[in-house]
Amino acid sequence: MAGMAIGPIRRSFAPWNDPESKPFIEFRNVTRSFGDFTAVDDLSLKIYEREFFALLGPSGCGKTTLMRMLAGFDAPTRGDVLLDGQNLAGIPPYKRPTNMMFQSYALFPHMTVWDNIAFGLKQDGMPKADIAKRVEEMLHLVKLETFAKRKPHQLSGGQRQRVALARSIAKKPKVLLLDEPLGALDKKLREETQFELTDLQVNLGMTFLIVTHDQEEAMTVADRIAVMDRGKIIQVATPAEIYEQPNSRYVADFIGDINILEGRIAAGADGVARLECVAAGATVETRQSIDGRPGDQAWFAIRPEKVRISREPPENPGVNAVSGEVWDIGYLGDVSIYHVRLASGATIKATITNTTRLVERPISWEDKVWMTWSVDGGIVLTK
Amino acid sequence: MAANVTSANARASRLRWLVIAVPLAWMLIFFLIPFFNVLKISFSTRARAMPPYKPVLSMVDGIAGLFDKLQQLTIANYLTLVADSKYWLAYVSSVQIALFSTVLIVLVAYPIAYGMARAPRQWRTTLVMLVILPFWTSFLIRVYAWIGILSDEGLLNQVLMQLGLIDQPLRILTTNWAVYIGIVYSYLPFMILPLYATLEKLDETLLEAAEDLGCPPMKAFWTITFPLSLPGLIAGCFLVFIPITGEFVIPDLLGGSGTLMIGKTLWYEFFNNRNWPLASAVAVVLLLLLVVPIVIFQNQQQKQAEKSR
Repeated sequence: MAGMAIGPIRRSFAPWNDPESKPFIEFRNVTRSFGDFTAVDDLSLKIYEREFFALLGPSGCGKTTLMRMLAGFDAPTRGDVLLDGQNLAGIPPYKRPTNMMFQSYALFPHMTVWDNIAFGLKQDGMPKADIAKRVEEMLHLVKLETFAKRKPHQLSGGQRQRVALARSIAKKPKVLLLDEPLGALDKKLREETQFELTDLQVNLGMTFLIVTHDQEEAMTVADRIAVMDRGKIIQVATPAEIYEQPNSRYVADFIGDINILEGRIAAGADGVARLECVAAGATVETRQSIDGRPGDQAWFAIRPEKVRISREPPENPGVNAVSGEVWDIGYLGDVSIYHVRLASGATIKATITNTTRLVERPISWEDKVWMTWSVDGGIVLTK
Repeated sequence: MAANVTSANARASRLRWLVIAVPLAWMLIFFLIPFFNVLKISFSTRARAMPPYKPVLSMVDGIAGLFDKLQQLTIANYLTLVADSKYWLAYVSSVQIALFSTVLIVLVAYPIAYGMARAPRQWRTTLVMLVILPFWTSFLIRVYAWIGILSDEGLLNQVLMQLGLIDQPLRILTTNWAVYIGIVYSYLPFMILPLYATLEKLDETLLEAAEDLGCPPMKAFWTITFPLSLPGLIAGCFLVFIPITGEFVIPDLLGGSGTLMIGKTLWYEFFNNRNWPLASAVAVVLLLLLVVPIVIFQNQQQKQAEKSR
């Protein structure tokens, strides 16, 4: 993490869009059942070399099982797991070119920091001088040079996390698996470490696969995110796509804050989706194409920061505008969240950035307000 | 405020004393006083009287009389222990038997404890209960039962002969083998329980981590599981080695005249020879023999623990 030239990271890296590129990790129709319970359900997924890939979902969604199948601690009931073109079936964990950073860190309590990091290298029968060199390198990387002789119980949580990281990358694995790697750290340290992880991944040029239930963590570190639910992948996309163009209410609701209002599809112009939104008592239009016929049930989803709120009525109150009464205001310092109750009884949330230091806000409780958004603000979801 | 704190501290320290007072009193009444009594007897000489030794220390003749009696104390019994080879041979033999038995017990107990710790969680309590179950029957009866199993016409020989594995009954009872079988059987739970306690606590992700880093499971056992189970193993070794060294019932019932153990010698001196002073000296030396290495070992452990801090 230290000692590396860290400049602005800007890359045009999208092998998943290139039909020519070969997947590095591939899950082919993988199912994993435990008795009656299906942890992973006929799941297929391709991950590319040098990608930082996140498996995101609530606990019990199968993300950890998926990772453990790659590490070799679990085997698919059906289907294949491939790494670099090789089918991993029957290969025990100790022969796989993957290393894992465990959620509990799993540091060997009876060994020093140095021995913990050297452990994997010793298993490979690396010459002693090379081991020493590599361990020093790793200690330097995680800024723990002075802690080499300490035992894990003599370290802080953050230091232990660094030892675990150093140990898991010491062998230069083809894939580094990170199981909720930052879960045990406090918020500040977690945010710091997230950025360090990204830098590390770029500089080492390894493929990282992270499992997490923390959407912010996934958004910060990953090139692509797979949102999972009950053993299936709901959507695989870049963080921005997942956030701005969710493919379902599940994904929209899981990532970030969002208003979701039910409605029926109406006939719209080309490239514009039109929805009669009963819950909002308004017609909404979004710039998108949808597969659905007029009259079908659909949902309008819009994130609070994309809703404008004003006391003045809009020029065109017929489309993408609703009026209501300010019900509640949540003041978070940087932003305020306005909960506006509509005539239909539905509530819409709108965020306003607090750009001035005024304590008195222009819009207050029980004010009648108008909420508007652009055709690029919201999205119509059909599932 | 300051006065309050002081009085609170005083109360706390008084309370602390009260808490240690109970075990302290226990040690004093049930260990130290009897021990010093035995120590005193070991410096006495044999007498045809009741109690069968002299001098009997008392204040009936006043301070001067007591002082006179104290001068009659002698180290003759200890000299006998050194001079007569049969005593120190018995010590050496006891330690040998205890060492070998401890090794045997470790070999049997480790796989059992390991299996228990790896068993499905809902079975573990039952398995622990099964290990403790024999304690519900008297120790003496259980050792007697082994006579029935190991004797020439016993269960074991009958089964082996029925199976056609042997033509003539094996002579097991009254040999050292019978003693080892009896000892391993009797002391097994004392090794299994502390071992199980440490193995059960062992975080299984450590083994996964070892495997993940390229260590095959067998090797992971020796590099991770075994070193981490050492505290339990050492505790178990002390729990079995110490009482085995002084064991009397098992060698007496299952062993023959050839089985030389200090516990038997002690019993013989005390009850058959009625030589209380010599028996006491035997007991004191046995105690020193066991306590000194333990104290040295514990000091060593403590120093190591402090160093790693």
